Amino acid sequence: MTPAMATAPGPAFSPAGPADVAVLTESLGKTYPGGTVAVDGLNLAVRRGEVLALLGPNGAGKSTTAGMLTTTVRPTAGRAWVAGVDVAAAPSRVHRHIGVVPQRNTLDRRLSVRDNLVFHGRYFGMRLAAARTAAGWLLERVSLAEAAGRRVDELSGGMAQRLMIARAIMHQPEVLFLDEPTAGLDPQSRLAVHDIVTGLQAASQTILLITHDMAEADALAGRVAIIDHGRLRALDTPAGLKRSVRGGTVVTVTADGAAPAELAAALAVGVPGARGARPLGDAVMLTVEDGQPVIPAVLAAAGTCHARLREVRVDPPTLETVFIELTGKELRDP
Amino acid sequence: MTAATIPAPATRSSAAAAALAAFAALLARDLTVLRKQPAEFITRTIIQPVLFIFVLGYISPRIGQPAAGSAAQTATTLLAGMIAIVILFQGLFAVAMPLVQDFGYTREIDDRLLAPLPAWAVAIEKITLGTIQGLLAALVIFPLAIWIPAARPSLHIHWAVLLTLAPLAALMCASLGLFLGTAMDPRLTLALFAVLITPLMWLGCTLFPWSALHVIPWVQGLALADPLTYASEGLRAAVTSQPHLSLLVIYPVLAAATALLLWQSTRFFTRRVIS
Repeated sequence: MTPAMATAPGPAFSPAGPADVAVLTESLGKTYPGGTVAVDGLNLAVRRGEVLALLGPNGAGKSTTAGMLTTTVRPTAGRAWVAGVDVAAAPSRVHRHIGVVPQRNTLDRRLSVRDNLVFHGRYFGMRLAAARTAAGWLLERVSLAEAAGRRVDELSGGMAQRLMIARAIMHQPEVLFLDEPTAGLDPQSRLAVHDIVTGLQAASQTILLITHDMAEADALAGRVAIIDHGRLRALDTPAGLKRSVRGGTVVTVTADGAAPAELAAALAVGVPGARGARPLGDAVMLTVEDGQPVIPAVLAAAGTCHARLREVRVDPPTLETVFIELTGKELRDP
Repeated sequence: MTAATIPAPATRSSAAAAALAAFAALLARDLTVLRKQPAEFITRTIIQPVLFIFVLGYISPRIGQPAAGSAAQTATTLLAGMIAIVILFQGLFAVAMPLVQDFGYTREIDDRLLAPLPAWAVAIEKITLGTIQGLLAALVIFPLAIWIPAARPSLHIHWAVLLTLAPLAALMCASLGLFLGTAMDPRLTLALFAVLITPLMWLGCTLFPWSALHVIPWVQGLALADPLTYASEGLRAAVTSQPHLSLLVIYPVLAAATALLLWQSTRFFTRRVIS
């Protein structure tokens, strides 16, 4: 277990034992024919009952990683276990322990909403009566009971997504994979999906959330793994990641009675740890360490150049700050 | 939303039992869909062969253009040929076409691939369904091929041959369907269909017995390269007393073609769904 974490940046965590780990990868790698390295020596452990977000820019290797863990992509290096089962050695046994909500709508268009769940349950050995009961229960929970008899191609994007989540948990998988679960959804549907995920989390469902939506990762995940170029760049709680950024807090000061350049110079000197103080329009922007009390220093510094403060904004770092710092700003066109 | 309170599923314990249950459930799903759309199945199955029977077995003799021999002989030849054609069509339209859709845009297959069975078993399920549909289609066309022609075909059913050869022919055509559906890019498959169907059908001894081709030896030789020839000649042996290729040739060739297509198409299928 520990070798997997030893090379991972960020604070190491040592679980009580393998029983505590739902997903484990050890130097997992995938090189596609043609030489493209999608995943390169990934070491990752998802604890039982946690929501772990896999965050990364396009082409970072998120989907390939999810593909290897859900057995649709064959690893070319290293190993991975899901619920203790080796994904390369026994893919169909892995299937019994995972539920997958893919990015695309893969619902069975020939079946009704209810039958999508019932037949999925039967694929997993549920008896017809049990499958029907479970389907009814789940449709209720994802607010689709009214639509039970409808054809799936009549569903809106949000409804289809809720149904796909219900389908993925129909057979009570140990690990649920959510691949960009709210991409392309309207705000209401997005919230509905978040509510469902939060509910699952409360019920100790282990979830691997693949996303490039920072706010979503921040809101839903207990820990966030940032991957880029197929490697793990950081792994921590959202708060821990934000703390790790130097000068992540952005302070914006707007004042009358002094030129922005003059104010910027005063703030650069007067605010301890201030970095990059510069005028931005009629305001001044600077960054400081996270969690540091800045307002008294800003007030004092403004006083030295006779500026009358109109507004002081202190924005703590977001995951996006962390993300950009770790993965850079260049575009990722595959 | 407590997943823990979902009624506990009656899950099977061993992996093999789980795979078997999944296979049965996949097949049950496909048969449910088939049962709900009988009109679609029948239309897809019979339109083309019924037109063949109508034109060649009814119109031609009535307007004094019997293809070869009497109207009854034509009807007898068509009987086996049409059964072979519907079986071939099921292989193409019940197996290959849905795969083209699946790989092309619906990706419905992705959920099946997550069921607790190996990918190759998902492919075998498709072939099983194609075989069942081929046999059902044969049952549908059989009475029509007897009643539509201007003269009744002379029927001589050899049950042992019929009951072994029809499933084998259906299995071979379903495997051919999986092969064509997985061998190349989905966009090319449709074009391939257009190019392949007609020669497969016309060279497959569906509209004339193979023995009659002796007057054009090169066509007779070419026909031996068409797997459908063995299906139609075998069915000819099963339901008529017309001359036909030796069963000692038909069975081994059909079995070998089936084995080869099964092996290759499940490999292609797995390669397509697992990268």
